[in-house]
Amino acid sequence: MDSAVIWYAGQATGIVSLTLFSAVMVLGISVRRQVRIPGMPRLAAVALHRSISLLAVVFLAAHILTAVVDSYVNISPLAAVVPFTSAYDPLWVGLGAVALDLIVAVTVTSLLRARLGRRTWRAVHWLAYACWPVAVVHGVTMGSGTGHPMSGWPLWLTIGGIAAVLIALVPRVTTGRRALTPADVLAGVRR
Amino acid sequence: MSEPTGTSRPPHPSVDWTACQGHGGCADLLPELITLDEWGYPVVRGGPIPAGAQRRARKAVSECPALALRLKD
Amino acid sequence: MNTVTMPLRIRSLATSAARRLLPSEPLSHEAHRAIYGDLSYLDGRQIVVAAELSGLCGQGGAAFPAHRKMTAVREAARRSGRRAVVVANGSEGEPASAKDKALLWHAPHLVLDGMALAAAAVGADRAFLAVESGHGLGRYLTAMSRQRPAPAVPVTIIEVPQRFLSGQESALVSFLDGGPALPRYQARPVFERGVGGGPTLVQNVETLAHLALIARHGPGWYRSGAATSLFTVREADSAPTVVEAMPGTPLGVLTGAGAATGQALLVGGYHGTWLPLTATALEAASPATLGVPLGAGLLAVLPHDRCGLVETASVLRYLALESAGQCGPCLNGLPRMAAAFNELAHPTPRSDLRRLRDDLSRWAGLITGRGACRHPDGSARLARSALIAFAAEVDDHARGRCRAPGRPPMLPTGPASPAAPIEQGV
Repeated sequence: MDSAVIWYAGQATGIVSLTLFSAVMVLGISVRRQVRIPGMPRLAAVALHRSISLLAVVFLAAHILTAVVDSYVNISPLAAVVPFTSAYDPLWVGLGAVALDLIVAVTVTSLLRARLGRRTWRAVHWLAYACWPVAVVHGVTMGSGTGHPMSGWPLWLTIGGIAAVLIALVPRVTTGRRALTPADVLAGVRR
Repeated sequence: MSEPTGTSRPPHPSVDWTACQGHGGCADLLPELITLDEWGYPVVRGGPIPAGAQRRARKAVSECPALALRLKD
Repeated sequence: MNTVTMPLRIRSLATSAARRLLPSEPLSHEAHRAIYGDLSYLDGRQIVVAAELSGLCGQGGAAFPAHRKMTAVREAARRSGRRAVVVANGSEGEPASAKDKALLWHAPHLVLDGMALAAAAVGADRAFLAVESGHGLGRYLTAMSRQRPAPAVPVTIIEVPQRFLSGQESALVSFLDGGPALPRYQARPVFERGVGGGPTLVQNVETLAHLALIARHGPGWYRSGAATSLFTVREADSAPTVVEAMPGTPLGVLTGAGAATGQALLVGGYHGTWLPLTATALEAASPATLGVPLGAGLLAVLPHDRCGLVETASVLRYLALESAGQCGPCLNGLPRMAAAFNELAHPTPRSDLRRLRDDLSRWAGLITGRGACRHPDGSARLARSALIAFAAEVDDHARGRCRAPGRPPMLPTGPASPAAPIEQGV
């Protein structure tokens, strides 16, 4: 197969995966904030969060496969998983490996959620907040090759994703049912 | 306090109240058994799960974002 | 033994020293053995049978038959192959109650005997004695336990935080497991999976003291109704008295002369019931015939110059703030109930009494049975009984009249503090 096609496929699957994961982050935050999508069942956000994350994982798998198979750059299968061991661009590829390790942990624990119990699942799920920024940096720096960080529409797509996540985060930091104590409720009712 | 008994009953939904956040998905999936109170928390009708709702009950358990629903006997 | 300060007033109506729960002076192990005699060896099964024949029920509030609990723990231990754990609950988080502290202070060896019996009954390999911190009981009981020969089952004395919920069954287990002293979700009940995941028997310290007497004097004596129980009697503004008496003792005898000036009685504790008092009730009724659960054994007389609504509003506020806040219905409902009740007790011209009563009724229903523990249930019970017992006061208050205008409430809403920390002779 033409090496260039594989190269572009790698970039394309990468940007799609990253954008989808940004959407997954926004949806995950919405679930925690119990934001309802009007007209849809209560667990719509949860279901979307799940489906899109699985889709993103599929694109991520394709992205890694093309990166490893690509003869133009030397990235061994091991380097995809073990951070900073790639012959090509070890630092930025390494970040991708870090993100991959984290996303595997999050995905596997989520699939086995009921069996693992809430505490274990939640503890690992928080790693998503570490994983996503690492993936973003990996994407922006990798761009279209050494010396060519992300530019053009992929960059705008990524910036859009970052903005969406940041916007989703802001209200969450300030509100949340769990923050309430009985004293809060007692005080709130007194006018 | 829970009573020590030796008998088992058919599975019925049970809420882990320390985990429940009031997402309300269970009420959507099992409207014949679960309604929501004025604060969004589930009110579970006593009794076993009707035959036609067994699959939806298991779905409600696995889909609860807080893993707060269980099927206990 | 050198003199020690006794911060708790006690009064015992027991007729025989060998069957008395509250000796007038704290007993060393030697004195304890001289009065009560030694425990003859009983095997686990005999102890459970004795408990069953005696009809012994829990003295911590739920009044659950002790033998059924012990059997359940035994069975769970057998099925799971795990060793059982005994937890003696002396934490007494009820601010108004002092009976467990009095018992632990005056007759610690009865409690320790009972723990040994309970441990044998369920085949436990560890035992814990939980007491509230801040009273010096931990140090005192450790010293008392050292007077005894090393027990077959080691006893660890644990001080728990001064919170209302610290003594709740799953909260105790959570604390012993290294977590917070707050109720936790028990996928399996505590008797199956408690401390360290093992079958756990949680019994109030008074129940264990009863067991120690049953083992010595036999179940027949206990069942005959001659056995005494402990009550905390509160009257007017005086310090509480822990009274030991048979449950059939008339209220007038239990509460002493001051009862003639009482309009109502709070029975059980802060999860208990308000009952209107009449002179005849004092003559005829006894704790055994009141028809309401005796709970933690509180008998608080409300004087005529006090207001039941003000007292209940204050207690409800305390109960709301003591909620663990873990469970949605309790977190949302109990504080709202406290605020609504407070408005009933202190209405403004714009207060809508009917809406307040409707809200209280609806919320009481919503918080009952929907939580990790029965704190909201008991609090709702108290509120409901107050609305019934003090119905006339609600109308009076709406017209601006109160029996005790401006007076701070008399029922305590903080951790029980004895007059002085418990000191012991050297």
